[in-house]
Parts: sequence; structure tokens; C-alpha cells
Amino acid sequence: MLEFRKDIFADERDDNLKEVGQPTQRQDMLGHVTGTSPYYDDHRFANLLHLKILRSPHAHARIRSIDDSAAARAPGVKRIIRAADVPVNLNTLLSLIQFGKDDEPSLATDIVRYKGEPILGIVATSERAALEAVALVRVSYDQLPAVFDVEEALKPGAPSVNPTYPKNTFEYYNKYDHQKLRYGDADAAIAQPDIVIDERYQMSPIEHAPTETNGSITVPDTNGRYIVYTSTQALFFSLDTSAKINAIQSNQLHFIGGTVGGGFGGKVDTLTEPLCILAARLIGAPVRYRFSRHEEMQFGSPRGGERIYVKDGVMKNGRIIARKVRAYFDSGAYTRLSSYAVVKCAAHIPGPYTIPNVHGDIFCVFTNRTPATAMRGFGVTALDFALECQMDRGATAVGMDPIEYRILNAYRDGDMKAHRREAKNCALIECAQVAAEKANWPLRDEFRKMSSRQGGGAAAHAGAAADRSRAPASAAPVRAPATTPTSTPQRVAYERPAPSAPPPRPAPPAPPPRNAPPPPAAPAGSTHGAPRFSSVFGTRRR
Amino acid sequence: MKTPIQFRLNGEGVATFVEGGANLLDTLRESVGDTSVKGGCWQGTCGTCTVLIDGMPRLSCVTLAEGCAGRSIESVAGLRRGAELHPLQSAFMERFAAQCGYCTPGMLMAAKALLDKNPNPTRENVVDAICGNICRCTGYEPIINAVLDAARSDGLRRA
Repeated sequence: MLEFRKDIFADERDDNLKEVGQPTQRQDMLGHVTGTSPYYDDHRFANLLHLKILRSPHAHARIRSIDDSAAARAPGVKRIIRAADVPVNLNTLLSLIQFGKDDEPSLATDIVRYKGEPILGIVATSERAALEAVALVRVSYDQLPAVFDVEEALKPGAPSVNPTYPKNTFEYYNKYDHQKLRYGDADAAIAQPDIVIDERYQMSPIEHAPTETNGSITVPDTNGRYIVYTSTQALFFSLDTSAKINAIQSNQLHFIGGTVGGGFGGKVDTLTEPLCILAARLIGAPVRYRFSRHEEMQFGSPRGGERIYVKDGVMKNGRIIARKVRAYFDSGAYTRLSSYAVVKCAAHIPGPYTIPNVHGDIFCVFTNRTPATAMRGFGVTALDFALECQMDRGATAVGMDPIEYRILNAYRDGDMKAHRREAKNCALIECAQVAAEKANWPLRDEFRKMSSRQGGGAAAHAGAAADRSRAPASAAPVRAPATTPTSTPQRVAYERPAPSAPPPRPAPPAPPPRNAPPPPAAPAGSTHGAPRFSSVFGTRRR
Repeated sequence: MKTPIQFRLNGEGVATFVEGGANLLDTLRESVGDTSVKGGCWQGTCGTCTVLIDGMPRLSCVTLAEGCAGRSIESVAGLRRGAELHPLQSAFMERFAAQCGYCTPGMLMAAKALLDKNPNPTRENVVDAICGNICRCTGYEPIINAVLDAARSDGLRRA
């Protein structure tokens, strides 16, 4: 249930909100419950033709020859669409904003670079006839060595995946093979701390699997234009991309969409519209290009796999004084949106924590996998998974409560971020305090009283310096205790440290009884550090 | 070679011609024109295309159309009585039990099959009834609550 904690940062808003927090009916709900919402495939057209695609069965292969003569004679076949029919057969999605080079063909020409890559299209009077004709096409391949691992792809002698980026890395500003973040001197700092935590994290690709698969229908209009009904999440993005690939003016296309049967990022890639429009233009009849579930899984872009190494230097008192992150994004065979994911990742390091020495190297790597794309916080989600696992390990290593460890290291107003921007309107400490309260998780009093508004800025840096001055005389890095060896599974037990574990700490207050009623929304005796109702006192923050 | 078949759809007689091997999903959408039935996987795994055949929830994508001759089929298009929504539809609206809406027709039909047989289901009965229907927006809790609400509503007792 939604709950507003108006006691926290009460000066942030006027509390005269009329819509936020009030139930309101969605404008599309009646359509959803009556089965009348207009998804792209609910539009009916007489004599609709169907486009099906021949796809590569190999992850990396040279196409020696294609024999589609039997398919051309198959019943119901109206047209075969070959790579040479595509007016602009090389594109990258973000070329619309001048970010990256065109690197992906709509239909493969001489080489296929991932399993499922489109090679040839067949338009027929029924989906079944199109599929049966696709099965009649004979392709002869020379298989090529393939690479499926991001670090293998960067080794000397690795197979080159994408000829636009022969070194298997995306190029930023046409010269940098990765994104860098440098703040302080992480290498020097990491030689000093009490404990060094060095870990590897891996996140698999994830398929969005929307219940409605990607698809579109193109209908020639009476005025030389084409009406395109589509499942896209990005209507104008898809319109411009389709116009570019078809080498037509965007005002020749009329896109109709907005009712999307689940997207989650998997419907921004303009996967079906360009060829669907091309087919309708070549034949002059309505054409549908709809993914089967198998195509959605094999060819529809997933969230890319990510490998992330995080190395922290931590003082015994719990302060993190250095963090090094090395991350590899698996873009698959082509760029699509992974180049942008890497930029987002760089912007998110080192997480919402004030760390005086930060070092990041993030690579967008090409492999012979299905090209990856957007999905719910892509670039940030996997990094957060790695960083928060790392925070749990850090807390265990110094014998601290994991929530207190986060509160201790959290951004406070006035802190300098690794990107040289001042932290403002921070609220991690308050979120952690409320989460602990909700979970009946005892925090020591000093941590319950900490605030995002106190201790930030210069004080934090002085504190970090003091931490360093307290470092042991021996500068040799100390490995994490055996409780967190690198070989253990990534699950970390939230165990309270034993009373004898360093540093000594007072016993936590007894948790409230389990069957206690939930606390009121705004407890009268709030112990949170944020001043209550500070708008009254004229201390409103920006 | 097409075969003529007749069945009842939401109480009305329907006659159409189908190809051998045609499934009920395509027949309803393409031939009969009832697009309230949605296709999700075309392989019997997601529950999106659920309709009722003689009161039983069935996956129309893996049901042969020819086998439906003489049967009575219900889809979400026939759920409301004129302008009045079925209690399940009202409860889904009230409980925010749809996000993208694509699984909703199948969810509603699976839930209707349950309530038609068992007007006082437990939470476990509801979970069991919709366990073959995937919602990728993962709104299962509001859906379960909506079905329980519908079961408790006056409308269902009248219906």
C-alpha cells in the first residue's frame, strides 16, 4: 500500500497535492477489461499479406550462396525480399541523435553474426504459406569462429564480430574504446586501507518476453503514404528509423500505436517496421510482420549480460575510501542501445555513496550473441546488483550491520560526487532508516539520528582524511576475512556480528514484538534526523 | 480444402469455413472477427488466448477449430450485459488489475470459469484458476484481489 511519510523532508512539497496519492482511473482500463483496446494486430484488412523471415542458424558464418528458386515457386508466395532490396541496408538506432556509426543491416549480406540474424524475407498470402516457403530456401554457409564471452572478445586474436568496430568495442567520440571515470587516486588509496574486497559479478541477459510479441502492419494509403500499425514503444523513433532505412521522407509514413501489449524496453528497437513497410511498398498491398514467440526469444533483443568487477578499500571503522569498477557490457553482434547503457553505468558509479577515490572503466563489447537493448534501468540495474552485494560483503568484512554500513557511507547534502557534481536532496539515509523501521530491524541510536542534511561536504572529506590517518602503519592490503572468500556463492547472510566482533558496539535495542501494530504514518516521536515541517521554519530545500 | 463449421460464440450462432489444422484462436480473430481474444505464444504456454468452451477454460491457440463444431464458446467480448460490466470487469477496473492489458482477456475468462463453478472461492482457488495465465507486468496480486472482490460483489449474486 502507498504510504506518505510526511514527517521526512516535509519542506520538500506543499502537501496540497490533488492527484498524487489519490486513486485515479486509467483512461485505457475500460478497453483492457472489455477486450477492445486497439493493439496493432487487432486492425483487420482484406487481402492482408504476411512477411516471414529466414534467419541464421549459426552464430557466425559466411554466406556462400542462397538458393530461393523453390521458395519463389511455392504456393501463395508474392515476393521474396533480399538484402539488395533494402534501400539503406545499414543502420544503428542512435544514429538519429548522431551517436555511433551505422553497423547493423536489416538483412544480412555476406556474413551472419548471431543466431537468428535475418537473411531474407518472404511475403505470402498466409503466415503458413510464408513459413513453408522459408523452409524451401537453401543457404550454404562457411562457419566462422565465434566469441560469446565479453573478456574473451577483448583478447588478442579473438574473432572480430562487427566490421564497423573491428576491435570488438564500441568507439566513443570515434576514438575511445571505453568510458572512464577518475576521481581522486583509487590505486594509491586502495594500497592503504585495512581491508580490500575484490569481487566479480555476472548478470545474464534477460528477455522481456512481453505477452504481445513485436509486430507491425503496413497499409498503403490512398495518397501515396503508408499507415503503419505497430507495437512499438517509441513511435517517432520507429518512424524516423523506418524512413531512413526505406530512404523515404518521414511524412510519407503515418504511424499508429500507443497500445502496447507489454514492452519493458523490448519494443524500442524498430525490429519489424522497416521490412514490413518495404514489403508493402514493393507489393502495394497490406503486409503484416509479426514475431512468433520463438522469434521474440531468439531475435528480439534482450537486456544485455554484464560482467562487473568491484574492488573496494575499506577502513575498519566502515568508511569506504576507494572503489574501482571494471565493467563489460555484452552488446551482442550490433550496437542497438548498449553504447548508451555504458554511459548510464559510468554515470552511476560508485552508487549513492561518498567515496573519495573512484576509478571506473566500462566497455561496450561486441560478441556473437543476440544484440542487446533497453530494459528497465539498463546500465544501472546490474551495476546496482553488484554494488549492493559488494556493500553487504563490506559490512560483513568490517563486522557492521549492513544498513548502518550504508548509512555511514551514504551521500549527504554537500558531498562531492565522483562526477564532480555536488550531491543535493539526498535521501538514502532516510530511506534506509524507514526500511529498517518497517522491517523491525534494530539500528543503533547514532544511526537512527543521522541525516542526509548533516555531515556532508567538507566535513566528510576531513573525515575521510582522518580515516586514512588512522590506517595501520603497515600499508600492506589486508584481505577480507575468511567469512567472505571470493569463491562463496553471492548470497550473503544478514547475520548480526557476534558481540566480540570488531568494532565493539552497544547491544542493539530489542526489536519490537512481531505482532505489534504497524506504526502510524507520521509517528509523533519521530527519531529521524530530518527536521519535521521545516517549511514552517523557512528552511525549504531546492 | 476448407471445411464449414458452426458453433455458438457468446450466445450467437456463428458459421465459417476453416482450413484443416486451423486453430480456434486464428478462426475467432481472422475469420469471425472477434479480436477480444489475444494470441501470446501460439504454443499453449501463456494462457493469453484462454476462452471458455462449454464452460471450461481452454487455450484457443492449441484447440483445433474443427473440433469446436456444435460447441458453445465464450470470449471476453461477451462478458458484459449491454452497457453493464460483469462484476469481474468492474473489479479489475477498481483494483488496477490490468497494466498493459494484453493478458487481461485470458485472465478474465479463467476467472469467470472459476466463479461460474465456485462463487465463493478461497485465495488458493483463485491462484489455482489463473496459474496458467502469464502476466508479464507481474500484476498478480491486484488480479487475485480483483477476482476475490468480484466473488464478494452483489453483482455476481445477481448475474
